[in-house]
Amino acid sequence: MIEYSPAAAEIFLATAICVVLLVDVFLRDEQRMITYWLSLVALLGTAACTGLFFADQTVITFYGSFVADSAAGVLKLVAYLAVALVFVYSRDYLAARNLFKGEFFILGLFGLLGIMVMISAHSLLTMYLGLELLSLALYALVAFNRESATAAESAMKYFVLGAIASGTLLYGISLLYGVTGTLEITELAERLSEPDGMDITALVGLAFIVVGVAFKFGAVPFHMWVPDVYQGAPTPVTLFIGSAPKIAAFALAWRVLVEGLGDAHSSWQGMLIVLSILSLAIGNVVAIAQTNLKRMLAYSTISHVGFILMGFIAGTDDALSAALFYTVSYVIMAAAAFGMILLLSREGFEAEQLEDFKGLNARSPWFAFVMLMIMFSMAGVPPFIGFYAKLLVLGGLIEAGLLWLAILGVILAVVGAFYYLRVVWYMYFADPVDEAPIVAPGSMRVVISVNGLGLLALGVFPGFLLDLCVRVL
Amino acid sequence: MYVPLLSICIWLPIAGAIAVLLLGSGQRAELARRVALGVSVATFVVAIHLYIGFYPEYVGMHFVERLPWIGAFNAFYALGVDGISMPLILLTAFLTPLVIIAGWEVIKTRPAQYFAAFLLLEGLMIGVFAALDALLFYVFWEAMLVPMFIIIGVWGGERRVYATVKFFLYTFLGSVFMLVALIYLYQQSGSYSIQTFHELPLGMNEQVLIFLAFLIAFAVKVPMWPVHTWLPDAHVEAPTGGSVILAAVLLKMGGYGFIRFSLPITPDASQSLAWLMIGLSLVAIVYIAFVALVQKDMKKLIAYSSIAHMGFVTLGFFVIFATIANTQDEAGAMLALQGGMVQMISHGLISGALFLCVGVMYDRLHSREISAYGGVANTMPKFAAFVVLFALANAGLPGTSGFVGEFFVILGSFHASFWLAFTAATILVFGAAYTLWMVKRVIFGEVGNDGVAALEDVGRREFFVLGTLAVSVLVLGVWPDPLVEAMDETLRQLLVHVMQSKL
Repeated sequence: MIEYSPAAAEIFLATAICVVLLVDVFLRDEQRMITYWLSLVALLGTAACTGLFFADQTVITFYGSFVADSAAGVLKLVAYLAVALVFVYSRDYLAARNLFKGEFFILGLFGLLGIMVMISAHSLLTMYLGLELLSLALYALVAFNRESATAAESAMKYFVLGAIASGTLLYGISLLYGVTGTLEITELAERLSEPDGMDITALVGLAFIVVGVAFKFGAVPFHMWVPDVYQGAPTPVTLFIGSAPKIAAFALAWRVLVEGLGDAHSSWQGMLIVLSILSLAIGNVVAIAQTNLKRMLAYSTISHVGFILMGFIAGTDDALSAALFYTVSYVIMAAAAFGMILLLSREGFEAEQLEDFKGLNARSPWFAFVMLMIMFSMAGVPPFIGFYAKLLVLGGLIEAGLLWLAILGVILAVVGAFYYLRVVWYMYFADPVDEAPIVAPGSMRVVISVNGLGLLALGVFPGFLLDLCVRVL
Repeated sequence: MYVPLLSICIWLPIAGAIAVLLLGSGQRAELARRVALGVSVATFVVAIHLYIGFYPEYVGMHFVERLPWIGAFNAFYALGVDGISMPLILLTAFLTPLVIIAGWEVIKTRPAQYFAAFLLLEGLMIGVFAALDALLFYVFWEAMLVPMFIIIGVWGGERRVYATVKFFLYTFLGSVFMLVALIYLYQQSGSYSIQTFHELPLGMNEQVLIFLAFLIAFAVKVPMWPVHTWLPDAHVEAPTGGSVILAAVLLKMGGYGFIRFSLPITPDASQSLAWLMIGLSLVAIVYIAFVALVQKDMKKLIAYSSIAHMGFVTLGFFVIFATIANTQDEAGAMLALQGGMVQMISHGLISGALFLCVGVMYDRLHSREISAYGGVANTMPKFAAFVVLFALANAGLPGTSGFVGEFFVILGSFHASFWLAFTAATILVFGAAYTLWMVKRVIFGEVGNDGVAALEDVGRREFFVLGTLAVSVLVLGVWPDPLVEAMDETLRQLLVHVMQSKL
């Protein structure tokens, strides 16, 4: 007898997407707001399902291929929040560019479904299924603006590289399947923990899986798609790619590397150390040279990924909680940062150059302050949440005896602080280039203010989120 | 009735900053100024109660507050003051209203944000001195960089962006090493309590590494040679108020860090590396004094003089090991420690006053170059009197607070080694040379140019600010007892603690 209730949220969302899709077909263009609200209601309903069927204990169902545990519940809730923020921030931007179509929301929800499947995957096949669902939705979203040649180019690049990465991951999975004869994560872990379980074929499979994970995270040297896709995609899509899928990437790494291949920690630790150092170094240094804010944030993402990987490198329970905390706080920060670009953009104008933020303090002291909080939080300056994320990860590294890596990490974080500071100095110390008033609607202003203040509030009282991250893993 | 005095000292200015921002938007600058002044004076009044309610003979923390903060880290919102931190909080609360008055009419662009930034800074600085939890300390320590970054960058001079980014990155780089050390200490002791760190037994290798990590953080802040280069830039470009707070309070955080963290947490490493600290301090005292001698920019000159004077603080703190080894007696070491502390307070007053004096001239002629002035005494007699007083105090004239600290440190060093004391005492000569030479060129002589001829003497507002500082410099110089007594027992306790090996 299959238990369906652990997957209630996924089932609800899949049904809701079909409903939204059907309703959307019968709507005229000026009624598109109905799709928007329905999508938000679908998110709310999914959140309610997750809340109602929240699994305090681990439940495995669908013949061992689906798992519901408290960590999955929390990760999914964060993903809903991120997608909801994406929808709210994007609405008016899309409307002003004749892109306000049902497909955006439907693809976004499909992407979310993929993320949820990945979070709850208990077999490598389920993981792959979720990953492809997410990726296909993202490829389509990047190409969503048909009139933009750069978007089409980015989508193509993303698709080709993404397909290679998926292939790599799949190849690694097949090798592991060949060695162990199972795809289920717990069984896999058992087989590999037997003496001689980790033979050379399994190691090769592991290496391919690490490559796949690194690609999805956007870690150096598998990062080449990140800046181009971030810059080329319409900003709402960048916002989407920059936030929720990071949770999926965390889930992928956690379920596969830690739960499935935990015994091979010493084998993948070295690989991740290389990825992490390269990501931190290249992400932070190259970000300094950027003039486009979206591209700068892309490189900043790469450097943050370096920090998230550090949590996996240390490998202790505390360090994994740290990686989770880092991922969650990064998602909140990234949503706010891309939200600010959307806020300052208006019909016929994209506020995506660093220059466009010049003199923001003179135009709108409040939003300059919100951006200041986002930038300092990303730089890891207290009392913002980004500081605790770094603190936890560093603590994990030091506990695991990797002091040198911790010191390297903080030095590169200081390098990174420079380009965040540059945004602040453009906003506060420079005269405005663009004098136009900000046209964003009230709802967006309120939500992004709450998002920005959340970084401060969570920084002053990080206890709740911290306890949550420690408890669920 | 229980009143959380320290929390009020921290959060009142921060709440005031928010109020100033909300009230002072648009053209209502006058309201913003008044609220800012009111809040800062109220904070000072509360801070005075810290002094009144302080029992010097009671060893340990006064006005302790302790609330759970972050359960996962076992971190507490723990505040408290002893004889070391109380005077520094008082100094901070005393200078902020003066800085706000000094910026009253001068700040034309976005005055509300200017005053709010200083109030915010005040709250955070008091937080640094009051925190008993290392994580809380670090949060205040770093958060303080944000308003300072804005202050220098928005209201600074021509190269303000360069100066403020340099300031931020230097301090940030220093601090992250301290963070790594604090995390390590947390993992060893299971809590972030600074007092627990003090009692934590540590091996020699650990101590040396922790000491070096702290050294990077605090040496940048003090600043010690050779990581001092951010200071002249930051001082020159910062607005007058920013320079005052920077010199008077921010630099003291480095000294405070040494005496609160380095010495008690890593006493053995401090002892074995004392030669390094003494060496760096002497370089700061002598070499930087020479550098100050050739400066053409008044603010730069005072900035370099600050580095030299802060060299006395670090010398006083680290010469204690040599003194005790030499004399087997605590008296000399106590003198050195007290001297370092008095020097911190006194330098806060004097350097703040000197920066305000430069600010007074800059507001009139918009130049900081020494050569742009000459014969100011002819047109600004009252002002000239103040400048001469502060300059003499800076040179360490007996009867001013500048003398007390330096004299104590030199006396303490004398117990360690004659040549050490002799080298340190040269600053009295060089200090007099570069300060008085500047005074001669700026204040005395023939009227230099038409600009100087047209100068107006200090107004009531400026007179009040400089007068208050002049009185405190003189009072502290003639009668330092209240200050010394307040810190005496704490320092004695510290000395006993530092002399016990942790190995």
